[in-house]
Amino acid sequence: MFILFGMPIVQILIFGFALTNEVKDSRIAILDESKDEASEAIIHRLESSLYFDIEKNITQPQLVDAFREGTIKLAVVFPQKFSEQLEHTNAASIQLIADATDPNVATTLVNYASAIIYDSQNDLKGFKELPFKINTEMRMLYNPQMKGSYNFVPGVMAMVLMLVCAMMTSISIVKEKEMGTMEIILVSPIVPMRVIIAKMVPYFILSAVNIASILLLSVFVLDVPIHGSLLFLISECLLFTLTVLALGLFISTISGSQQVAMLISLMGLFLPTIMFSGFMFPIENMPVPLQVISNVVPAKWFYYIVKNVMIKGLGFQFVWKETLVLSGMMLFLMAVSIKKFKVRLE
Amino acid sequence: MKAVSANSIKKIFNVEKSTVTALQGLSFDVEQGELFGVIGPDGAGKTTLFRILTTLMLAQEGSAQVDGFDVVKDFKEIRKRIGYMPGRFSLYQDLTVEENLSFFATLFNTSISANYDLVKDIYEHIEPFKYRRAGALSGGMKQKLALCCALIHRPTVLFLDEPTTGVDAVSRQEFWELLKNLQKQGITILVSTPYMDEASLCNRVALLQEGKLLDIDSPEGIIKKFKKPLWAIRSTKMFRLLQDLKKMDNVESCFPFGQEHHVTFKEVLNISSLEKELTALGHRDLKMNQIQATIEDSFMELMK
Repeated sequence: MFILFGMPIVQILIFGFALTNEVKDSRIAILDESKDEASEAIIHRLESSLYFDIEKNITQPQLVDAFREGTIKLAVVFPQKFSEQLEHTNAASIQLIADATDPNVATTLVNYASAIIYDSQNDLKGFKELPFKINTEMRMLYNPQMKGSYNFVPGVMAMVLMLVCAMMTSISIVKEKEMGTMEIILVSPIVPMRVIIAKMVPYFILSAVNIASILLLSVFVLDVPIHGSLLFLISECLLFTLTVLALGLFISTISGSQQVAMLISLMGLFLPTIMFSGFMFPIENMPVPLQVISNVVPAKWFYYIVKNVMIKGLGFQFVWKETLVLSGMMLFLMAVSIKKFKVRLE
Repeated sequence: MKAVSANSIKKIFNVEKSTVTALQGLSFDVEQGELFGVIGPDGAGKTTLFRILTTLMLAQEGSAQVDGFDVVKDFKEIRKRIGYMPGRFSLYQDLTVEENLSFFATLFNTSISANYDLVKDIYEHIEPFKYRRAGALSGGMKQKLALCCALIHRPTVLFLDEPTTGVDAVSRQEFWELLKNLQKQGITILVSTPYMDEASLCNRVALLQEGKLLDIDSPEGIIKKFKKPLWAIRSTKMFRLLQDLKKMDNVESCFPFGQEHHVTFKEVLNISSLEKELTALGHRDLKMNQIQATIEDSFMELMK
């Protein structure tokens, strides 16, 4: 009953308020190599905008790291002698570097920034007589062609694995309970650990096949390259598979019927995966409570890892924290499933 | 050592807000190598009793030992050595006959060939269908396969919960013959059934009614306890006959029993006066015979 009436209310609230594609408080960095009047004026303009959360006084090497770690989405780079150039040639250029692993967000940010810079030309009118021009040079990092598939391949991977592993395994143990076969299995020397592992193996193999087909399709059909180590990417995928399998088994051990298990995995896993993995809606733009909730969604960590390894080509040292979180989740869920596995009928 | 011993087992279920007492303190023993029947109507608590003895449920009160092991403390030991066949068909419907059997053999860390001599007689009946899915078998075949699966690890005690319910008369008889053969191999068998006629095939039976044991004895012993002369009465209008008989002062009990009514009387019966009385009430073609009581008559008597 709660699910029937509560779910639409929760969803409309979440979709209405929290999940927006709009850009707000995005973290951007400014590398100002001239530090003169004109650049200061433009920076001031950018600062007063609600869209951005500005990190100033960043150095070039720091900038590279910030992009890798994903702490900034956009960088505004002023060349040396910005004012001077503007004065002498009536034209200057500002470089906008965006993290285009999510092309939609990148485009929006670049457009906002360009618009603000364009507007600030009016402020500079007193400084120099017209006509003059400030060009913006865009650079889309990691995804120069602005392909949407760069964003959705990791997302789809998370979703498919969630569907196959969690939903299928979540009904597997309940099904035995419903069919009565559990009654006979229990009256045998088999231990809960073996039942759980036996239930995981076939879906693990299925998922491995799925991972392979998704990766092959994305490389050869969608032209999404794998920049990072393939072996590392696959092992991260298998880790996520195990986590999700454990989650499915956990649902299976606590639910009483196949229907309930189906409903829990659909409402409780599938929707959060779409909403909170960061693949449809940027997590940074959500209200803080939802950002906190997103931390318990395994897909969020997996999406982050895949994006960084596959698209940005980063190694283990950049995603070890996320890997650790996933491993922790998996061990916890496995332990709970084995503990919750009922050795009797009641 | 007794094969099974139960000491005042009590089981209460909480259904919604009320409680249902399924077993009200049962105590009994089953000897090694015995074919022991638990007889009772639906809802008597047979399945609950079997589930407690097979370690699938916990009793609120009382204790029980199977093969010398406690059903709560040593449930892992018990699970290694007993065979259990639930009332509902509980094999994998989408596996074939052979796959099911080898699955259960593997589950108990043994192989079909290791214990084939034990299941041979039974498996021969279903061998022609060994590539058929278990779900597509007939009722009698399903039960034989389930029995094979419960036997494949050579259990010491076999628990069969209503193995003949929903099985045709011929298959039922065959099934009981198979059980008799297994008993000869030294396996203790506990079997529950709602069919009273099957009671006479057991060494001893426990009559169970609403969670209470009415009697435990050999089938002959139970019948012997039925002391009163029993009459079978027939006429053309059976339903009215039942009503008329129940109204009579001298009639102690009267139950419909197949084609006849089984009647006991409070005082020694004068047949001719009863016949006159019934004829006066409009009954024709009256047939009255004194008969030997059956288990069912005893059960009815005990239930009062």
